[in-house]
Amino acid sequence: MATAANQIEALANQEYKYGFVTEIETDSLPAGLNEDIIARLSAKKKEPEFMLEWRLKAYRQWVTMTEPSWANVNYPPIDYQNIVYYSAPRSLKNRPKSLDEVDPELVRTYEKLGIPLREQELLAGVAVDAVFDSVSVATTFKEKLAQLGIIFCSFSEAVQHHPDLVKKYLGSVVPYTDNFFATLNSAVFSDGSFCYVPKGVRCPMELSTYFRINAQNTGQFERTLIIADEGASVSYLEGCTAPMRDSNQLHAAVVELVALDDARIKYSTVQNWYPGDKEGKGGIYNFVTKRGKCLGRNSRISWTQLETGSAITWKYPSCLLIGENSVGEFYSVAVTNNYQQADTGTKMIHIGKNTRSTIVSKGISAGHGQNSYRGMVKIQKSADGARNYSQCDSLLIGDQCGAHTFPYLEVNNSTAQVEHEATTSKIGEDQIFYCRQRGISNEDAVSMIVNGFCKEVFRELPMEFAVEAQKLLNVSLEGSVG
Amino acid sequence: MLSIRNLHANVGDKEILKGIDLEVKAGQVHAVMGPNGSGKSTLAGVLAGRELFEVTAGEVLFEGKNLLEMKPEERARLGLFMAFQYPVEIPGVSNMYFLRAALNAIRKERGEEELDAVDFMQLVQEKTRVLEVGENLLSRPVNVGFSGGEKKRNEIFQMAVLEPRLAILDETDSGLDIDALKAVAAGVNAMRSPERAMVLVTHYQRLLNYIVPDFVHVMYDGRIIRSGGKELALELEETGYAGLEETVAAQ
Repeated sequence: MATAANQIEALANQEYKYGFVTEIETDSLPAGLNEDIIARLSAKKKEPEFMLEWRLKAYRQWVTMTEPSWANVNYPPIDYQNIVYYSAPRSLKNRPKSLDEVDPELVRTYEKLGIPLREQELLAGVAVDAVFDSVSVATTFKEKLAQLGIIFCSFSEAVQHHPDLVKKYLGSVVPYTDNFFATLNSAVFSDGSFCYVPKGVRCPMELSTYFRINAQNTGQFERTLIIADEGASVSYLEGCTAPMRDSNQLHAAVVELVALDDARIKYSTVQNWYPGDKEGKGGIYNFVTKRGKCLGRNSRISWTQLETGSAITWKYPSCLLIGENSVGEFYSVAVTNNYQQADTGTKMIHIGKNTRSTIVSKGISAGHGQNSYRGMVKIQKSADGARNYSQCDSLLIGDQCGAHTFPYLEVNNSTAQVEHEATTSKIGEDQIFYCRQRGISNEDAVSMIVNGFCKEVFRELPMEFAVEAQKLLNVSLEGSVG
Repeated sequence: MLSIRNLHANVGDKEILKGIDLEVKAGQVHAVMGPNGSGKSTLAGVLAGRELFEVTAGEVLFEGKNLLEMKPEERARLGLFMAFQYPVEIPGVSNMYFLRAALNAIRKERGEEELDAVDFMQLVQEKTRVLEVGENLLSRPVNVGFSGGEKKRNEIFQMAVLEPRLAILDETDSGLDIDALKAVAAGVNAMRSPERAMVLVTHYQRLLNYIVPDFVHVMYDGRIIRSGGKELALELEETGYAGLEETVAAQ
């Protein structure tokens, strides 16, 4: 198996493909965090008064909080006063009227990433709200969506043009007091995406955002809010890559989803931020709060994610199942290689009657990677007839990685049904040998076995994402099996 | 086609094969019999390239090439196929996908064009008719949830699709009821041809009632102690392996 081990290692050792830095002048606030910085940030964004007040409330809450330490991850202390909380590409001071006016350097960056920003978008049928550092630089398909009454814009624009919706729903799923990182985000979030799908409208295309962290030492604090009104449905794709970096970068995003009666939201993520080098140096700290609220009857929220990047991932996309018969789903593949650490999972909180949830989590650990699944299923007293099915599988590649499972179950209603299955397997020499005996190379065998392991999750991804996900998975594990 | 000379192999520090000589020509079917622990399956594993076994001496030529220098996948692409005693499960990977990847790897090596899903499907449908393999077997993940009989049948089906030059069947009869045994044997017999050689590794004579070998070799304690025609298998059936120790002592 010596050769198999070498190949996994070679896979693992592949350099981060998207590690390049774009030289664009940035218009930044000085490093550090205080009420003055927040006021200046809010002023730069020309925000209405309620926004500034909300930010300040969050900030005052945040200074009383301490950073959580319960996650199964290790990292040096973060100096929050050494972070730049606002940076916008300077060329945006005067908003471009079309993509032609966008900084060509920036466009080239997207092209390097293979992001279809122009004609490709039409071909791909994807509307892109691209977030470059802190300001949205280009939004497309907006008019077509507008005809259907769908609002899809940057968060900043939503604050300007749809303040009532923002006021009504911002913090309604993740309150500004929620947790250390979410509270920080509430105080300083720079931009993000906003989507509102009106009653009875099915969004005809996949909505997509590409996030990219760029300016050095700039914390990236996205805020995303998606609302599906009664009978509406929307599928949202979030995918990201980041340039190579020496110093660790903090990323603390918040995503809030609200589904009203009979509404459906599908939120898919492919996360490929810089994971650090082979020794674990550098890489993104990804501390994200994602939560959906199935507020209405028969509503449904699905989270599907492939997490291959970041030095540290701390992320638990969750569902609050309030409406009767509402459904929450979580499908996840998390990969850790080299010295990556992931503590990820979900929370399914059953509140309404006959609510159902499904959790399928696949953790893959290679190299020295540590992968933890942390999940909570909570059935409240009111949740008669609630059902949950959880399945958590771990795959180990090599003998220096780790997989951990922390399932929490809290059942307060005797009519509930809760099932939990968990497996841990090592990618078997027998499996690899079997493939090789049939003529399949070692590397292809590993990729085939790993993709097979993830199949239940990948089939939940939208088509174009599924292909990308498979490729990304192969790249992430390159060299990790010998 | 296959020429084994003075082959010695270890598992850890223990010597399992203690000097094997065997000559297999195209068109021949050889049966290698012997009691448990005699080294039959080790021989099959060494030929297929399992890294668990360390070859300490001897040489093996396959199609004139040094087999022992090749990786398992290189051997497979050259036309060596092993039907596994315990076929391995690969969850989430459909039998069809697996087999097409295998066939295309082999075709690529031969400089042939790779088959797309449609062409492959046609090829497979022919084979399923001959082997009476249910098509639902094809869409299921490789060996997952298969009965013992289905697994063995699947091995023979794979062999039929990959059309190897040399097929090594490792205890293919173990765990089969008589109907499954007959079906598997029919599949193997259909594959016999003047261009193809087969080595059947088996504990029992039973299989050889259905796949009649040209040669029978008896292994004991890491060596081939007797070779003969198909009648040797019948003789063993009567005397059992118990008499072998005396044979060895007499030698």
